[in-house]
Amino acid sequence: MMDAALICALMIVFGIVMYVILDGFDLGIGILFPWAPADESRNLMMSSIAPVWDGNETWLIYGGGILFAAFPKAFAVLLPALYIPIMVMLFALIFRGVAFEFRMKAKQSRWIWDTSFTVGSMLAAFAQGLIVGAVIHGFKVVDGRYAGGSFDWLTSFGITCGFAMILAYAFLGAAWLVMKTGGATRDWARSITRPLAVAMAGFLASISMKTPLEYHWIAERWFSLPNFVYLSPIPLATVALFVGLFRGLRLGRDRRPFYCAVGIFLLGFVGLAVSLWPYFVLPAMTFWQAAAPASSLNFVLVLVAISLPITVGYTAFVYKIFRGKVKPEHSYY
Amino acid sequence: MLDPAVLDAALLSRLQFAFTVSFHIVWPSLTIGLCLFLFILETLWLKTADTVYLKLYKFFVKIFALAFGMGVVTGIPLAWQFGTNFSELSRIAGSVLGPLMGVEVMTAFFLEAAFIGVMLFGWDRVSPRLHYLATFLVMLGTHNSAFWVVSANSWLHTPAGVEMIDGVMVVKDWWAVIFNPSFPYRVTHMLLASYLSATVMVAGVCAWYLIKRQHVEIARKGFSLALWLLLFLAPLQVLVGDNHGLQVLRDQPRKIAAMEGVWHTERQAPLLLFAVPDKDHERNEHEVKVPGLASLILTHHLDGEIKGLTEWPRADRPPVAPVFFSFRVMVGLGLAFIALGVTGLGLRRGGRLYQARPLLWLACLLTPAGFVATIAGWWVAEIGRQPYLIDGILRTADAVSPVPAAAVASSLAAYLVVYGLMLIAFFYYCHHLVQRGPLPLPGETPAEQHAEGEWLAVAGHASLYTPDSKGAQ
Repeated sequence: MMDAALICALMIVFGIVMYVILDGFDLGIGILFPWAPADESRNLMMSSIAPVWDGNETWLIYGGGILFAAFPKAFAVLLPALYIPIMVMLFALIFRGVAFEFRMKAKQSRWIWDTSFTVGSMLAAFAQGLIVGAVIHGFKVVDGRYAGGSFDWLTSFGITCGFAMILAYAFLGAAWLVMKTGGATRDWARSITRPLAVAMAGFLASISMKTPLEYHWIAERWFSLPNFVYLSPIPLATVALFVGLFRGLRLGRDRRPFYCAVGIFLLGFVGLAVSLWPYFVLPAMTFWQAAAPASSLNFVLVLVAISLPITVGYTAFVYKIFRGKVKPEHSYY
Repeated sequence: MLDPAVLDAALLSRLQFAFTVSFHIVWPSLTIGLCLFLFILETLWLKTADTVYLKLYKFFVKIFALAFGMGVVTGIPLAWQFGTNFSELSRIAGSVLGPLMGVEVMTAFFLEAAFIGVMLFGWDRVSPRLHYLATFLVMLGTHNSAFWVVSANSWLHTPAGVEMIDGVMVVKDWWAVIFNPSFPYRVTHMLLASYLSATVMVAGVCAWYLIKRQHVEIARKGFSLALWLLLFLAPLQVLVGDNHGLQVLRDQPRKIAAMEGVWHTERQAPLLLFAVPDKDHERNEHEVKVPGLASLILTHHLDGEIKGLTEWPRADRPPVAPVFFSFRVMVGLGLAFIALGVTGLGLRRGGRLYQARPLLWLACLLTPAGFVATIAGWWVAEIGRQPYLIDGILRTADAVSPVPAAAVASSLAAYLVVYGLMLIAFFYYCHHLVQRGPLPLPGETPAEQHAEGEWLAVAGHASLYTPDSKGAQ
């Protein structure tokens, strides 16, 4: 029997996946920005995401909003606990967000916005990694309120996750550029996608091995029978996608690397969800315990059931309008 | 004043929220109003095929895009602060406020975010009709956003439709929550404030061109359109504000007492044009007043009773001075807008509208005034609700997160610096946009342009395809 809290939890998971993939590639572009071969490439990179970045970032508010609406108890614990990384992430998103508008209008001062874009993108990715690390690590909760310190999120595992996130988004961004740009920019993107993919595979493998060693419940979840058998398609499919990605790069199929990269992200995320299920706040709160009263859950369910398909529909429509490789003359309005 | 015991996490969190929300409110009100203006322009362009409207659209859409970007980046931190800084509010009332914010995200943010891309970058990718639809959808999005966020905010002023069970709010009637008693007044008031702010800004920019005798054809159209709008919007706002006042007197009499500086319950209360409220002695200094007028305005009877602040214990009174003065700033500017609209109407006969220098200068001077009035209005509403966060139910001091003061102080300092820099950058680029003026349309000879404007227009286009400073060196 599916209950309202479960569906709401899945809706949040959907939102986070959308966010990580969509904002992932445009954060990735910010991370790769300084290494672009020429300023024309930077204009092109910016143009490839300018019409969509804002919608991409909205999935972050969607995730936060549904969490606030359907699981206020988890919201009230997680946000104070993650005060510093969340504030850092928000400031970083401000820095990169303003760069889109200001950079286009700037001439001599363009370097300020280029820096703001790159530093903002990197910091946002790093802070998100810290948050993922902290969520896996768990929180100290007493009487439904956060009872830990302000720096509990600062662990070596969290920092590893932070760097992994920067790398992962750079990888996704590079694959996006292979698909969306042409000429020298595309060639450059193609040349960096391969090493980034190798590094990404290395990080994924090491985090996948480290977490079961450090957190016993994750080891039990994955390595007990019959879970091990049921879950084995996840790592196997990940390997297959990496193979597909390298083949796509070699054959010059410009869209394939991006789709494979998205698949790898999806599976990485499924892996994380499997490890944490059914907790929102480890080890204190499952999503059932964190759920809002039925009147609010039902409200959210009706809302999402009506609006999510419409939203996904017109978002896809807008992506369709801006499909294909981006050209230099599209960089201004 | 800077006693460390007082500057605790609660106060810092309030300061941070007050600052970030005051800064943020400027951008949505600009985008709500400007988007309506852009929609009108595109309608006129499609109807008349007069390219002046298109040029005006393409000029103001740049300011719109800047403001929209500012609105997005300053709006995201607000939603999260409910959790980071007011986690007790989230725990207790998250199941009421969260779903309302959720609707805002689903019906407003996504819609705006998706179609602003088409609005800005879609000119050569979609048909004019689809572009027009995109403008409409973005406008719809901005209005949805105002509807839901003002609904959530109004619920904090006049909570309804809920029951307290085990220390948390449970919604019994969503209709009562959404359409809580103050909501219809406040959402209308806010939308009109946004229209006014944008209209006054447009009038100011066009007046500047008319004074400088640049882009005259375009500026005349814009100025005329703005003053027509102002003529209707400004008096309408007075009407709505008056009705809102009746409702506040009914539902939040403490706030009215602070707004009017009434310390002791009285009939035939005078309207204070100016005074300095003294909270320690519970009276006003330096009063300049009109007898009986406050009672007449607020109750629509000369003999109406207005409750004084002394009816409530000191701990339950809002800070009087900021509410009292903000209210006067808001009303004073509202009257200035009416004056601008009416004078403009008078000068239309004989076509003196575009030459009347004092009027043009007044319009110029008032360019940012709509935003000042809007912020002042929000201060009246929000400070007037103190010391409660949910009026009569949850005190602000009891709503804060278990976060140390040092962490909040650091984030507050960071907000001050970052938002300050952003504002400077915004003014800098707006100044450049206004200096450059409306660009000729593709394929159009810039002959009608002012010589300097022409040069800047070419430079503006060329800059896109030349290396930046790093490349040039």
